[in-house]
Amino acid sequence: MTVATKLALKISVNGDPVTTGAGSVAELLAELGFGAKRVATARNGDFVPAHARAATRLAHGDRIEIVAPRHGG
Amino acid sequence: MNAIEPVVKPQSALTFYGVVLPSRLLLGTAQYPSPHVLARAVEASGASIVTVSLRREQARGRTGERFMELIGSLGVRVLPNTAGCRTVKEAVTTAQMARELFGTDWVKLEVIANDDTLQPDVFGLVEAAAVLTKDGFKVLPYTTEDLSVAERLLAAGCEVLMPWGAPIGSGRGLANPYALRSLRAYCPGVPLVIDAGIGAPSQAAEAMEMGYDAVLLNTAVAKAGDPVRMAVAFAKAIEAGRTAYEAGLMGMRDMASPSTPVAGTPFFDLGAAPGDE
Repeated sequence: MTVATKLALKISVNGDPVTTGAGSVAELLAELGFGAKRVATARNGDFVPAHARAATRLAHGDRIEIVAPRHGG
Repeated sequence: MNAIEPVVKPQSALTFYGVVLPSRLLLGTAQYPSPHVLARAVEASGASIVTVSLRREQARGRTGERFMELIGSLGVRVLPNTAGCRTVKEAVTTAQMARELFGTDWVKLEVIANDDTLQPDVFGLVEAAAVLTKDGFKVLPYTTEDLSVAERLLAAGCEVLMPWGAPIGSGRGLANPYALRSLRAYCPGVPLVIDAGIGAPSQAAEAMEMGYDAVLLNTAVAKAGDPVRMAVAFAKAIEAGRTAYEAGLMGMRDMASPSTPVAGTPFFDLGAAPGDE
C-alpha cells in the first residue's frame, strides 16, 4: 500500500499567497478555520455555491475569494 | 364653529418589483461613526431598504456576523451592491455571492468605469443586467441619466433604474437637472431612484419634486455632524418633495405677476409721479 501524500497546492486566498493541503473549497475553508461562518466563495472569478464547495477541487494557482457581509452604500 | 377636516391625502405607494415600500428613502450603511449610530440613523430615517456589500473576510474575524446581526435587528430589507466591480464577470459573481449570503435576489448593480468619477460603465452595466436578470435577479442598476442606456436596461429586464445625481460621495446634488427631467419624462411609470451625489436635504427634495420616486443616499447622512438628525432631515425633505410633486407645482414664469389683486388698487388711476417708487 502506498502512502497517500497530500500535495501542497500554492493558491491565493483573498489576494494572499497560501500553501494548502486542502483538496476542495470546503476543505480549504475548514483548514483556514472558517468553520460554520457565514461566507460566500468564488474560485477563479466564478461563484462557488455553498452546496458545491465539497465537489469543487482546488488546483495550483487557483484564486479563491472568501467574502462576508459588510457595510455598503 | 366648523372643525376643519384635514384633507391631505396620503402619498401614493412606491413599488419595486411588486413589493410595496413604505418609504421613499433608501439608506446606505457605510461610513457611520459607530454601529450604534448607524442603527439609530436607519430607524430615524424610516428607510425600508438599506444597501450592504460583500468584502473579503478573515477566518478569525467576526465583522460579517456582527454586521448581519445589526442589520437583522433593524427589520429592513437589504439591497446588496456590487460596489467596486469593474467587469461584468466581477459584478455577476459578486451578485451571486450576495444572493447566497443575504438571501435576496435584489441587487444594486454597479459596474464602475473610472476611479475618479466612479461613473457607471454603462456598456458593462447593460450586459451584466441581462445576465443577472436571466439568472433570476431583480436588478436595480446604478446608471447615468442617458436615455438610450435606460432603454437598454429596461430591455434587459430591469424594472427600476437608479441614475446618479452626481458622482458617488461628491455631495453635489443634481449635476444635470435637464437630463434628469428628460429621463423622468422619457420613462413614465418606471420607478426611478436618484442614487449617489446627494449632499443636502434640499437636493433630495429637488429630485422628488421632479417626480423621481425615491432617493438613495449614504455619505450625506453618515458623514453629517449628527447622522441621526440628518436622517430625520432627509426623511422630511423627501416626504415634502414627493407631496409637492403629487400636489402639482406651479410653472415658472419669466416675469413678475402680482399675487395681490390688481383690481381695486388705491390710487391706481393717479399714476406714479416722477421720482416716486
